Amino acid sequence: MKQLYTFVRKEFLHVLRDKKTLLILFGLPVVQILIFGFALTNEVKHATVFVRDDAHDDASRALIERIDASQVFDVVFNGPANLDLIIPSGFANDLSHNGHASVQIITDASDPNRATTLSTYLTAIIADHQLDLSEMQGIPYLIRTTTRFTYNPQLKGAPNFVPGVMALVLMLVCVMMTSISIVREKELGTMEILLVSPFKPMMVIVAKVIPYLLLSIVNIISILLLSVFVLGLPINGSIPLLFSMSILFIITSLALGVLVSTIAATQQVAMLVSMMGMLLPTLLFSGFMFPIENMPLPLQLISNAIPAKWYYNIVKAVMIKGLGMDAIMKEAAILLGMSVLLTAISVRRFKVRLA
Amino acid sequence: MNAVELHRVSKTYAKGTVTAVTDVSFAVKRGELFGLIGPDGAGKTSIFRVLATLLLADSGTAYIDGFDVVKDYKHIREIIGYMPGRFSLYQDLTVEENLNFFATLFGTSVEENRDLINDIYVQLEPFKDRRAGKLSGGMKQKLALCCALVHRPSVLLLDEPTTGVDPVSRKEFWAMLTRLKEQGISILVSTPYMDEARLCDRIALMQSGRIMSVDTPDGIIAEFNTPLFGARATNMYLLQRSLLADPRVETCYTFGEELHLTFVNGSADAIDGVVASMLDAGHTDVSISSIRPTIEDCFIRLMAQ
Repeated sequence: MKQLYTFVRKEFLHVLRDKKTLLILFGLPVVQILIFGFALTNEVKHATVFVRDDAHDDASRALIERIDASQVFDVVFNGPANLDLIIPSGFANDLSHNGHASVQIITDASDPNRATTLSTYLTAIIADHQLDLSEMQGIPYLIRTTTRFTYNPQLKGAPNFVPGVMALVLMLVCVMMTSISIVREKELGTMEILLVSPFKPMMVIVAKVIPYLLLSIVNIISILLLSVFVLGLPINGSIPLLFSMSILFIITSLALGVLVSTIAATQQVAMLVSMMGMLLPTLLFSGFMFPIENMPLPLQLISNAIPAKWYYNIVKAVMIKGLGMDAIMKEAAILLGMSVLLTAISVRRFKVRLA
Repeated sequence: MNAVELHRVSKTYAKGTVTAVTDVSFAVKRGELFGLIGPDGAGKTSIFRVLATLLLADSGTAYIDGFDVVKDYKHIREIIGYMPGRFSLYQDLTVEENLNFFATLFGTSVEENRDLINDIYVQLEPFKDRRAGKLSGGMKQKLALCCALVHRPSVLLLDEPTTGVDPVSRKEFWAMLTRLKEQGISILVSTPYMDEARLCDRIALMQSGRIMSVDTPDGIIAEFNTPLFGARATNMYLLQRSLLADPRVETCYTFGEELHLTFVNGSADAIDGVVASMLDAGHTDVSISSIRPTIEDCFIRLMAQ
């Protein structure tokens, strides 16, 4: 037990004395949360709408005022804009005499997502306006759709990316840092001495992963604090449940890290394997950046093998939707299965000799 | 019972394409300081790794204190002290932290075996708060030896402990080994330096994965059964060319500032004749005198056979 404590202490000394590792470890979550929270956002705010008003009548002015009053759009009458709205002449006349009038929206679809979002917003505002007009005139037989965006009524990005960043950071810390720290011992030759000592190889693994387990928990706490206090995203579900699920995911990732270390001979290889083999799939297949439902079937099947996908779903369910254990039974069971399997494989592969 | 025993050990790498050790057998007696002497690539490190239970030999058996290196590897790991060829401590930990770490890892403490490592430790003490990576080469090796000794092993395996170390530190290091031997620790040490061979009780000369000879240093020198001569002249390079061309000369090689040579018929009778013909050939200040062979001479002779 004393051996284990000394070993773990030694690992902490390595981390604390390596400024670069420290920076990655504690800078990364903060930077990612801030970047995703404030820079890389696909929320639409203050998009400019260029309006060409050929009608110049009461009806067109009322519509323009309504658009300008919304949070999303700022109306401009010259210069480049994100969106063009053209109101033809005789707008009020068409509306009051024919009962229908048309306007044209022109968008820049070189960024299709943004174009769709903007035109949807603008159409919605126009529809609202039309509804008000209809109600004033009391036209019967109207189907009114009321859409409610549950869990995220303001359509903010944070509920989507905070779980994603958590999965990403844990993956990075646990897989990359753990594998590098084990492979470094091989590279520096200290593994030879560790193996030749009476300290059991199994315990070497345990001692190697404990520091990263603790550091990962610190990372989760800092991400959650940032998301609550900086991004204003509350934790809706049970915090103990969120933490126990995170620890399950951390154990899965640590087992992956040990597995990588048994494959890689040098620190560079360990880093490459963790980056390409773990981080990239996490980004692509966790559902955090690209919706998995839209992928072709083979890719959907692959995504099932990515632990981060299940963890991402768990965090979304617990943290954002405030659901309990019964809602995440399947995900939790899969993660548990993965961690047991990966631990078994990596312990088996961890050699008691050099070759 | 011998401290270390190898029986016909062979080891290859890369699926048998690279041969490291072929059919090696030797034994180190209890309390003996045994040297494995040979150039880089002779297979010394492979032997150490087989003995340290880090590699499995392709064939043959090896024992440490009577324990099989394959079957009883767990027990062997408790009784050996192993110092790998390259510096294998934590460079970002201080001298004291390294020492305490390895002591704890082996289930002991620095204080417990202080008497054993005291000689070395007093030299390290002024630097105990220095990071191991910032030590000089000699100090690093002393620290590594300290770490290998801290659990009072019964057999010490030292793989080229003095390579890359300055002559003064090398001398100190060997003085320490002699004292450790007196404490009853059996030591197997490898070195590429022939001058260190004389400091061992017995040595094995290795070349290309094979053992050429095992004996005491004096015994090995005694096997050098033909008289050896040292030759000098003003221009050593041209002298060597002329000597090699002379039919009376058997071998001639540079050795430090001299040429060492043996004659075909073995005896010293040829000296005067050879000196005369060298002077005739235009060499100046030619002198040839009888000398005592060193381990290196023996090594060169064995290699040529």
